[in-house]
Amino acid sequence: MSDLLQIIVSGLSTGSIYALAAVGFTLLWQASQTINFAQGEFVMLPAFFVLAAMGLGAPLWLAIAIALVASLLLLGVAFKELIVEPMLPHGTLPLVIATIALGLLMKESVKEFYSAQGQSFPHVFPPEVIRIFGAAISIGDLLNLALCFLIILALQMFLQRTRTGRSMQATAQNPQVAEILGVDIKRMVMYTFLINAALATVASLLITPVYLAKFSNGETLGLVAFIAAIVGGFNQIRGALVGGLLIGVVDNLAAVYVSAQYRTAVPLILLIVIIMVRPQGIMGTSEGRTV
Amino acid sequence: MSKPNKFLLLALGLVTLFVAPFGQGNYIIYVLCSWLVFSIAAMGLNLTLGYAGQVSLAQAAFMGIGAYVTALITMAGISWFLAMPAAVLSCFVIGLILGYPALRVQHHFLAFVTLAFNTLVFLVLRNEEWLTGGSFGLVPIPRPTIFGLSLNSQFAFYYFALVCFLVAAGVMAWIVHSPWGRGFKALRENPIRANSLGLNTRRMTLLAFAIGSAFGGLAGALVAPLVQFIEPGSFTLIHSLKILLMVIVGGSGFYFGPFLGAALVVLLPEMLRFTDGYYLIIYAAFVLVLLVFSPTGLIGLGEKITTNLRAQRVARNDLKNGAQL
Amino acid sequence: MSVATKPAPAAGESILSVRNISKSFGAIKAVQNVSFDVQDGEVLGLIGPNGSGKSTLFNCILGQYPADTGEVLFKGESVAGKPAHSLNKRGISRTFQQLSVFPDMSVLDNIIMAGQEHHGTMWSRLLGPPDAGLTSEAEQLISFFRLEHLRHEKAGSLSYGQQKLVDAAMAFMAGPGLVLLDEPAGGVNLTMLEYLKERLRTYNRDHGTTFVVIEHNMEFVMSLCTRIIVLAEGSVIAEGTPPEIRANQRVIDAYLGG
Repeated sequence: MSDLLQIIVSGLSTGSIYALAAVGFTLLWQASQTINFAQGEFVMLPAFFVLAAMGLGAPLWLAIAIALVASLLLLGVAFKELIVEPMLPHGTLPLVIATIALGLLMKESVKEFYSAQGQSFPHVFPPEVIRIFGAAISIGDLLNLALCFLIILALQMFLQRTRTGRSMQATAQNPQVAEILGVDIKRMVMYTFLINAALATVASLLITPVYLAKFSNGETLGLVAFIAAIVGGFNQIRGALVGGLLIGVVDNLAAVYVSAQYRTAVPLILLIVIIMVRPQGIMGTSEGRTV
Repeated sequence: MSKPNKFLLLALGLVTLFVAPFGQGNYIIYVLCSWLVFSIAAMGLNLTLGYAGQVSLAQAAFMGIGAYVTALITMAGISWFLAMPAAVLSCFVIGLILGYPALRVQHHFLAFVTLAFNTLVFLVLRNEEWLTGGSFGLVPIPRPTIFGLSLNSQFAFYYFALVCFLVAAGVMAWIVHSPWGRGFKALRENPIRANSLGLNTRRMTLLAFAIGSAFGGLAGALVAPLVQFIEPGSFTLIHSLKILLMVIVGGSGFYFGPFLGAALVVLLPEMLRFTDGYYLIIYAAFVLVLLVFSPTGLIGLGEKITTNLRAQRVARNDLKNGAQL
Repeated sequence: MSVATKPAPAAGESILSVRNISKSFGAIKAVQNVSFDVQDGEVLGLIGPNGSGKSTLFNCILGQYPADTGEVLFKGESVAGKPAHSLNKRGISRTFQQLSVFPDMSVLDNIIMAGQEHHGTMWSRLLGPPDAGLTSEAEQLISFFRLEHLRHEKAGSLSYGQQKLVDAAMAFMAGPGLVLLDEPAGGVNLTMLEYLKERLRTYNRDHGTTFVVIEHNMEFVMSLCTRIIVLAEGSVIAEGTPPEIRANQRVIDAYLGG
């Protein structure tokens, strides 16, 4: 019983980090019809910025700040201006392929220019363990969970309660009307990209201590983000949160109760099942669009 | 390009293909075989992606399924000529099963499903040692014999692979020029209109995916006897991405695109001897830049250049006869 | 002409029946309890000021969205829930306001494409001739619209007006009983407009095909259609011949009023 609690809390913790990636992914899709196949690499990269900065002598807090700025610039501004903007008029398909190529480029670049080996990464939160109901729960896990929840809650409030946030929603739902109403849609879309970059950075900082900084992290992280977003219901932030948590817990349960060899298969099978049985996701509404 | 010119170019190409291995060392011939095999896989993906506009990230997985099916059957002593159809058919059926629910919803779901599928296939291939040999792979995979003649020399195998390639290319050419091909193109260009004209878009998309996957299976059926040792690591996601790059770089939606793309991705690194990782970086960067400037890939770029060099043709040549309408 | 011709329309035969169709989007009642019949072989105009619900009604008829209430019967059978491609196979064609052609395919290919799904089976389409045996039929329509010199041009390179002609040819290719024209006059110059009108009239006369024209352009509708239905704020406010409609006070108010 206490074991189960441990597994679930730990799963929720990783799941909440996945949720950050999934939320960013969903936001990009909603706001600009961008399916970012490089989302996993977006979460992989900032950790390497931190390591590189630290390698140049910066203390952890500075390295994090540098990584954040670098991510905002590269994964936010540059991504939008140099790749998404020019490609959107040509339709979603070329853009999808472009993000696939981008992910590949990022991954191979880190492999070639930094290292192919996994690097250890400093824990942002202390890894000490406390006992709750006899289960050994890591403080780091609880803090992770709390932080991610806070971030997503803050994001929700921002989008729903502030003027800018509502303008962003309007832009996502109907850009032409939003523009007529005086919304600067280009800026709104830029904000979405910046938010995604920020979310990816936070996710990176929280998950890399566990995974170790490795160029191939993007594969798993990306897959998990997609699955979480789809399982949760592609269209909603709430859905991405639920999806992320679910995947985190399922993944952890699978690690214990399913063979180690097929552990990674469980989220994949979940994805396929959801697409077959309830394609709008657990919390999604039927979009009714085919073709 | 005029008809006789096209014919000439085609004939020239065929002749080149037939004489290519003469005077070349075994390794070069092996690379040429590899190009033929990947051209078939890329051709299949081109149908799915270039013609029907669906992103499949599992073409390498289908190659893997084709390869393992072929290997298991031929290693049990049964002829390749029975193994290959089994490989192709199983990939076609799996494509139907996989695509049916995925395409029911929004079309970009296929990308995710194939992504997950590719990883799943890898896991099964790696874990089910009793069947697939796991990480140790399957070896030695026999080469087919044709009327008693062995294909153990690379030279002989090349011609065998060439014949398979030509048959596959012929089938693809037939499909593309048939009303099915027109339907696939319509699907890509204006699916809503196509639907309103009686085209069952879901069925056509599913077919494009299943046929494309079957071609992947055929490529796998050839790769098994070619390399004679297969292991799961050759059919992972990154290989699917490589095949995707081949299709994009060559020009998706153009018949000859995949051959060009496969040549670039297979032959160039051999000739320039880049290390594994670097050329992937170069390709990925190249694809990105290409897509931003010319979404139709290399052949599209070539077309753009030649139309700019040739005298402009006026589409509104109704004005030649005065305002007719 | 080998394009499918229907037997001469029997008087009073209704090819399309719209019964009590209502559709709301949240609080907006786009269409309220609209009913009318379309007679076989007539050219019916459906007009109304902006926001009158024409487009919504149009989409309900085509099954693009399900209506909240009511039903639509084509040749006596309900069209509810039928996907677009099967509606087309049953004999309903439509034209589009925008993006209506396959831009990278030739005009000839566009028109063949429009007919190929109606000929033969899926297998005959794979194993049979590349043009599905439709070249002569397509050529007839190409001559009908005087597009011969453009037949090998990519449809996307044509002028807007020419694309509208190709669009119409595509709608006719399946030999439909009913063609719904979605704002055919939009953005077309006067000469082309006259030509289009004349072609539609001729086709209707020669083949007995029923047309329903959804339009803004009053002049176009008045001079083309035999009967007109006027919508305003989601309901039918008038029905009659062009002269009757022109004189109808309610119609005048609807167009001139707020």
